[in-house]
Amino acid sequence: MILLSLIQALIVLVPALLGVAFLTLLDRKVMASIQLRRGPNFVGLGYFQPLADGLKLLIKEVLIPVKSNKLLFLLAPLISLFLSLSAWAVVPFGSQVFAHLNLGVIFLLAISSLAVYGIILSGWASNSRYAFLGSIRSAAQMISYEIVLGLLMLLVCLQAQSLNFLDLVQHQRGVWFILPTLPFFLMYLIAVIAETNRAPFDLPEAEAELVSGYNVEYSSAPFAFFFIAEYSSLLLWSNITVNLFLGGWLAPFEWSFFPSPLAYFLKLFFMLFLFSWIRAAFPRYRWDQLMFLTWRILLPLTLGGSLFFFLFFWSVHGVF
Amino acid sequence: MSSSVKNFLVNFGPQHPAAHGVLRLVLELDGEIVRRCDPHLGLLHRGSEKLMEYKTFLQALPYFDRFDYVSMMAQEQAYSLAVERLFFDSIYATYGELPKLPTRAEHIRVLFSEITRILNHIMATTTHAMDLGALTPFLWAFDEREKLMEFYERVSGARMHAAYIRPGGVAFDLPMGLLNDIHDFIISFSSRLDEIAELLNESRILLDRVKGVGVASQELALSYGFSGVMLRGSGIAWDLRKTAPYDGYDKWKFNVPVGTQGDCYDRFLVRIQEMRESLHIMDQVVNTMALGSYKFDFHQLVNPSRASFKFFMENLIHHFKIYSQGLTFPESAIYASVEAPKGEFGVFVHGQENASKPYRCRARAPGFFHLAALDVLARGHFLADVVALIGTLDLVFGEVDR
Repeated sequence: MILLSLIQALIVLVPALLGVAFLTLLDRKVMASIQLRRGPNFVGLGYFQPLADGLKLLIKEVLIPVKSNKLLFLLAPLISLFLSLSAWAVVPFGSQVFAHLNLGVIFLLAISSLAVYGIILSGWASNSRYAFLGSIRSAAQMISYEIVLGLLMLLVCLQAQSLNFLDLVQHQRGVWFILPTLPFFLMYLIAVIAETNRAPFDLPEAEAELVSGYNVEYSSAPFAFFFIAEYSSLLLWSNITVNLFLGGWLAPFEWSFFPSPLAYFLKLFFMLFLFSWIRAAFPRYRWDQLMFLTWRILLPLTLGGSLFFFLFFWSVHGVF
Repeated sequence: MSSSVKNFLVNFGPQHPAAHGVLRLVLELDGEIVRRCDPHLGLLHRGSEKLMEYKTFLQALPYFDRFDYVSMMAQEQAYSLAVERLFFDSIYATYGELPKLPTRAEHIRVLFSEITRILNHIMATTTHAMDLGALTPFLWAFDEREKLMEFYERVSGARMHAAYIRPGGVAFDLPMGLLNDIHDFIISFSSRLDEIAELLNESRILLDRVKGVGVASQELALSYGFSGVMLRGSGIAWDLRKTAPYDGYDKWKFNVPVGTQGDCYDRFLVRIQEMRESLHIMDQVVNTMALGSYKFDFHQLVNPSRASFKFFMENLIHHFKIYSQGLTFPESAIYASVEAPKGEFGVFVHGQENASKPYRCRARAPGFFHLAALDVLARGHFLADVVALIGTLDLVFGEVDR
């Protein structure tokens, strides 16, 4: 039984990790296209670039600052990596999911809340001013946007009347949730970009400002763990977005000839392309503007919209 | 028990992606608000002005390329103007008439001065945007910059430090086909600017980052010795090309954009608009380029052509004297300045009697005075705004440190 679970976990995780590796390449290639250049095209025509990057990071020396808290310093990337990989347990692929939880959405939100620990620990343990500032900002940003994200995910669950990911996708058979709740999808998109620390919300790790923020003191394998954790959460949230709003593996208009894996991958690639596109196109928000955006703009809108949505639903469908 | 809160001292640079060169900025931070900002200069000091005291006038010219190394020919023009005025004044004193450069030389100088202005403003605006996170316009615009450096190379042989604008005119004549290619560039660059403006000018995120940041009032601008875009962004309509025209600038029709608020956004918009005005000037020059000689005919200032000194003995002697001894400066001193893209770049040249090397050659770099105001502009702003401010001051440490 344990062996079976292990194999199932590997079946989920190994493609996820491969996806993470090639996501870095996709990000670089898409940004390069927008910027009128090629992106990595030397190492095995570019396709082996993630392998080369990973290998380079692994063979470097692991530097641990003298005045750092060594245990926490090495624990923080492990926490980040562990949490971002464990969230893959509830992501549905087709009608299969590793952990068929009726509270899948809650599990996901819990994991992403815990992930903040990794950030805070890394900045604190580094014992460096820049890292400390970066980690505090990043943590505050993630916590704030999780609130908005949670509320919006709850909105989606309202429509499907379930917190189970498989049910959520099944309820999109008639129409994908993006259409009735388009404004909420836009807010959700902003919240996801902020949650994963992507541009235009990447001030905590922006080169020009704080030179890489909370992971500035890290090198080699610990840095690789943070890197993988970040891109893994990006891939994870893209998958979640596809399942929550874009209909998961359902074909558009329920065309029976459209193979559902193809539909899923097309939607996933669209989301990933969108993240890279947004990164290339926009400047960066200053941190206080970022906070203003969530607490004074997004959260009131979300709360008001949720109230409206709830009342609308109640008036149309009667009591839950 | 009482405790006092000390402010956080952070070293911004000298190795920092946004410090625009070697700037060591010691910031005193209160949380994230800047309380004091202390720039430490001199990390790129190369002793250029001292070295120029041991060089002849022609050997001293390449130092000026390397001051503001993103807008090369503007400095060369300032130096050439200063040396020419020294000599023309001495010729006037001796012969009673004030000579003038040939028209073609003036046209070529104006053309390349405006190309230089576009080069610099591309660098200033897109690296400023890149520091704020907009990674794309930087790459689009630097492709245009490559085309401009190709023009530099065709006309002088060097992509960046051209040593092309020399006292007495320019070094070489324009090669064939160059004006056609410049015309093609002019036609296409306006669309490039539109693309970049589309990404940046109305971008809500950029507006939030630069509007209201670094407001320089007119009194502040004047008291700190601002010039160029820094002055015009604050609403003072002062452009040396209009107020003290040189090299025939009064002949060309162009507007000078002037801002109203004095914040970073206004200066950004002024630079973009100045690029368009430069294109307009370039268009006029390319369409009406004068024929004739490209350098002044006075062989005690300018070396004669290679063909001529194979036939005329006097020219051979002039060539020899110019390249071996260098020509002698008069005893007087002069200050000449141009509207360099960054501001007023001035050169003070003091000659010595019967010596071919200047006694003193000082460069008045606009960046030095602009950097002095960083402390005042940055107080009360966030750390992220300091990055925006350094970008808007358009600093290049080659000229600040000299």
